[in-house]
Amino acid sequence: MEETLKIIVLVKHVPDAQFDRHLTGEGNTTDRSESILSELDEYALEAALQLIEARGGEAAGHRVIALSMGPAGAVNAVKKSLQIGASEGVHLSDDALAGSDAAATSLALAAAIRHLGADTPADLIITGMASTDGETSLVPAQLAERLNLPQVTFASALELDGGKLSARRDGDTHADTVEAALPALVSVTDQINDPRYPNFKGIMAAKKKTITTLSLADIGVDPAQVGRSGSWTAVETAEPRPARTAGTIITDEGDAGIKLVEFLAAQKLL
Amino acid sequence: MAKVLVFIDNPGQALKKASLELLTIARSLGEPAVAFNGELHGGVAEALAAYGAQALYRPSAADLDDYLVGPKAAYLAAAVQAAGATIVLTENSAEAKEIAARLGIRLGAGVITDVVAVEPGGTAHKSVLAGSYTTTANATTPVAVLTVKPNSITPEPAVTGTAPATVTVDVPETAVAASARITSRTEKAASGRPDLGEARIVVAGGRGVDGNFGPLEDLADALGAAVGASRAATDAGWIGHDAQIGQTGKTVAPQLYISAGISGAIQQKAGMQTAKVIVAVNKDAESPIFEIADFGIVGDLFKVLPQATEEIKKRRG
Ligand SMILES: Cc1cc2nc3c(=O)[nH]c(=O)nc-3n(C[C@H](O)[C@H](O)[C@H](O)COP(=O)(O)OP(=O)(O)OC[C@H]3O[C@@H](n4cnc5c(N)ncnc54)[C@H](O)[C@@H]3O)c2cc1C
Ligand SMILES: Nc1ncnc2c1ncn2[C@@H]1O[C@H](COP(=O)(O)O)[C@@H](O)[C@H]1O
Repeated sequence: MEETLKIIVLVKHVPDAQFDRHLTGEGNTTDRSESILSELDEYALEAALQLIEARGGEAAGHRVIALSMGPAGAVNAVKKSLQIGASEGVHLSDDALAGSDAAATSLALAAAIRHLGADTPADLIITGMASTDGETSLVPAQLAERLNLPQVTFASALELDGGKLSARRDGDTHADTVEAALPALVSVTDQINDPRYPNFKGIMAAKKKTITTLSLADIGVDPAQVGRSGSWTAVETAEPRPARTAGTIITDEGDAGIKLVEFLAAQKLL
Repeated sequence: MAKVLVFIDNPGQALKKASLELLTIARSLGEPAVAFNGELHGGVAEALAAYGAQALYRPSAADLDDYLVGPKAAYLAAAVQAAGATIVLTENSAEAKEIAARLGIRLGAGVITDVVAVEPGGTAHKSVLAGSYTTTANATTPVAVLTVKPNSITPEPAVTGTAPATVTVDVPETAVAASARITSRTEKAASGRPDLGEARIVVAGGRGVDGNFGPLEDLADALGAAVGASRAATDAGWIGHDAQIGQTGKTVAPQLYISAGISGAIQQKAGMQTAKVIVAVNKDAESPIFEIADFGIVGDLFKVLPQATEEIKKRRG
């Protein structure tokens, strides 16, 4: 039997994809001025909340901790997570972190997770399937490697029973059932659930919840290991791709299918 | 000359085109070797020799497929060391990217995903932020790990073939310790159409298809195309989730993308806007998909697509 669950959910503050997004500065890093909680991390938060609610929630001693690493604005991703229902929030923030690639990000997040587990180690780390800016899906696998935890990634269904985790993972040619013992690292897809929105009660309750700010010194990470200098990859050049422009638009007058084929033939696509 | 290790997970009966592309890129970067997992069939061994592999590495363990990612990364790390490789190339599937991720940590190597071209010095080209930027990137570490998208290069066999020896690499006993186990597997039915990621033409449908992918499949078959979908269509259960294109589905960059009954939300565009030519059929003239279409038809897909299919068949006699 599992006793009280301690779940850390990783939430990232990312540029809102509804606006134009930019790479800026010497290191071609992402401009974070118009940012939000990554919508893919809402599925991770929802999965964590469902796991603890099925076991009596916070009243039964279960906890969901939302952890975000990022500049000052990233605290907004933590606040939103608290409004949605996380029990407490942690913001890892340090100027030296700017420009971290996946390797440096996973190094810092792994240290933060160890720090948060110093007294009671977390049973589960849950992440989104990808960040909507980096889109690499490298961080969850790298965290599993660094923390030496079973990796249960791209879960589209998740069950927990007596300290044993079972998940469904869909591939292109097959679907797998994956099992692991706790503690484990899980990433979830957007197929797993329908994330809830913060309601008025949640927004009011969030005001009373704690947000802890951690620096690199707090988690024992040397600033030289992270940021642009500590990263193992460097973006040398970044060119905006010319925006696609609309071509010919016609309205069907009974022969658009034939016009379509004529277009394909003219483009040598038949 | 740089030693380049290509990882091929379960090559099967015949090498995929994507694997041949990796071998071709590897030769342009240095001296290629191959680390594989699973069985090595005769035809595959011949192809590897024809593509210039100097050595083949295989794992000492036969059960790597029973675990998720970790043990395969441990094996590959040992193979990289055995080969003395400074560049590792893998395909760009979700699992291969995760293997690359963990390999990177094991070796202290920078990982670059979604690569579309590699310069002789190892500089990688890719596009980011849903195709709105193209970037070049380098690993700053002694070893670089690159995951390369399909259709990045035309595969070409080596001028002179090789006769590579096979070396068994010891997989550390501890590799499976903290790993998730795959306890059951259900194979999905094959469609008989080209693979979505590799297809030259993709015909994709959305909510406007209203449960009937028939007209799209007919057009796809007339064009030799793969069939894709928006999330609205896969969520409705009209087609499998593996057909989903977009931010949380596949990213495709075909020669031709025909979008039918799809509005063109930002998350859908993220997966298709680097297609060479985009054709859109939508009954709403205000639909955002028309902002990026090279040829747009305001009309009913149930009329336009069957007519196009007929016309193609007629032209081909
Ligand atoms: C976290 C997250 C991730 C997502 N990931 C993805 C993703 O990977 N891929 C994706 O596609 N979406 C994704 N979405 C969903 C996305 O936001 C849109 O909701 C979705 O793409 C809409 O699908 P659609 O265009 O098919 O449906 P709709 O937006 O409903 O559009 C249907 C279109 O069909 C047209 N139509 C109707 N009938 C006909 C007809 N007879 N003939 C011609 N046209 C017709 C209509 O005019 C309309 O434009 C994601 C959303 C979120 C929040
Ligand atoms: N800076 C960060 N802070 C918190 N979580 C992160 C951060 N970067 C990545 N993650 C987590 O890792 C997942 C995958 O991100 P990525 O590997 O960047 O695609 C995200 O969905 C988050 O859950």
